[in-house]
Amino acid sequence: MFVTGLLSYAAYNPDLAAVNDQTPDKGWLGFYLFSWPTSPSWLYRLTQGIHVTLGIVLIPVLLAKLWSVIPKLFSWPPVRSPAHALERLSLLLLVGGALFEVVTGVLNIQLHYIFPGSFYTLHYYGAWVFIGAFAVHVVLRIPRVARALRSRRLRTVLCTDTAGTVPEPLDDTGLVSPRPAPATVSRRGALAMVGAGCLALFAVTAGQSIGGWWRRTALLAPHGQEPGTGPNGFQINKTAADVGIRPADIGPDWRLTVRGPGRETVLTLDQLRRLPQTTAALPIACVEGWSTTDQDWTGVRLTDLAALVGIDGSPPDVFVESVQRGGSFGSTVLRDNQVRDARSLLALRVNGADLSPDHGHPARIIVPANPGVHNTKWVTRLTFGATG
Amino acid sequence: MKHPAGFLARYGASPLHLLLVLCSFALALYAGIRLLKGDLLGVAIWFVGAALLHDLVLLPLYTLTDRAAQALTGGRPGGADDNRAHRVPPVNYLRVPAFLSLLLLAVWYPLILRRVPGYRPATALDPDRFLGHWLLLTAGFFALSAACLLAATARGRRKAERGRHAAKP
Repeated sequence: MFVTGLLSYAAYNPDLAAVNDQTPDKGWLGFYLFSWPTSPSWLYRLTQGIHVTLGIVLIPVLLAKLWSVIPKLFSWPPVRSPAHALERLSLLLLVGGALFEVVTGVLNIQLHYIFPGSFYTLHYYGAWVFIGAFAVHVVLRIPRVARALRSRRLRTVLCTDTAGTVPEPLDDTGLVSPRPAPATVSRRGALAMVGAGCLALFAVTAGQSIGGWWRRTALLAPHGQEPGTGPNGFQINKTAADVGIRPADIGPDWRLTVRGPGRETVLTLDQLRRLPQTTAALPIACVEGWSTTDQDWTGVRLTDLAALVGIDGSPPDVFVESVQRGGSFGSTVLRDNQVRDARSLLALRVNGADLSPDHGHPARIIVPANPGVHNTKWVTRLTFGATG
Repeated sequence: MKHPAGFLARYGASPLHLLLVLCSFALALYAGIRLLKGDLLGVAIWFVGAALLHDLVLLPLYTLTDRAAQALTGGRPGGADDNRAHRVPPVNYLRVPAFLSLLLLAVWYPLILRRVPGYRPATALDPDRFLGHWLLLTAGFFALSAACLLAATARGRRKAERGRHAAKP
């Protein structure tokens, strides 16, 4: 979870420009950042699909873990030594952090923005608070885990039914009840119940990340249905109306301005259509975990647009601006490796039809392996060599 | 090695324990300052509140509900009328589908209970389908559990009859 989360942050190229960085105060927490690649084109679809789906699937495991150690919360005396006091504080960071990450993540993908602040800030810094406590807990508990695993054989546990289930012998862990009630479920039964919970969550969620026929199986996931049919009938992150796009903004008066060092050119939609057109099969993948299978995008290569303003050979980063008002992602900066990929387009058409307003008509960015919100829609200005 | 033993007695764990915990606290503080920068009180309440709400409200609540279910179903097999016909304690036929249903509700409640007014405007998707899906899934879980209970009861009865025939040749 932690690694795929860090990858998602890197995928935004936050070190490239201020507009790309949702957590500009990160300091050394961004030490690992690198240029996000464009190949394979499904890279972000994979890493973020895993991040969100696995995060949801692991919820029963987290709940079962917390259930199994709850007696420790009420251990008496509450503090036995300085070491115990520090460890309890560390456990607050561990448990609070784990639940905080799950809750903010689960609420964010359902667009239920009731948490106190920007999701990016809370989820990213929350993860760092959690991971330190988690690492310490793992290191300190490895001997006990090894002892516990050695004390029994998995085969025996899996072959023991409820009638044969006996309590743990009383030990010094504080986890064994001194007066245990008779078992109402075997150990294998408890494991199976957690597994069934994971499986149920997987079954009603994963389809939104797999896409295609499987999307309909995501019965409870936010993007488990298609918004329509036809060439433009695939998933939308934010509709045109939702981000304040007016018909006049994307009507006949719409123009694309392309700027380079010392040069500028303004194009109408018809002029754009007369430029060489390229088709690329690329997915859309959202930070919320849903994604689509490849769509056939047709439009002008970003390298060709750079050439219009006199940049031949190796074009630099590009600052992309949308006509959208407000919202966090009205503008973005794409890195030079993204601009130079032959599949990176300013798309005018998708699956053989003009883009619909909700998919960014008249023109949108589509870059392989790019997080969805950086595939800017309703583009009106491209500034090569600028970072905001 | 008198010194480490003295440390152990005073501190309660090895020096390594202290170093690791302090290292993690420093990292947590570095990230925590940034986490709390915006809405200090709000974030602190959410962070600590998540743990407290789970440990002191959610967990006791589902434990008590489970106790009630055990009382309702007679808990564990072994009663006079039971005769080990049910190898699985009857409470589990209630427990498992209820757990699955409530788990799905707990994770997806904002959509199921229609708490997200911005869902349709943003995504152009139908917000009314989730409640129906959850109810049908819940019906499915309980139906499956009922089928398992029926099968187990039938199996138990056959076994009991065979046992009687064997006892009276």
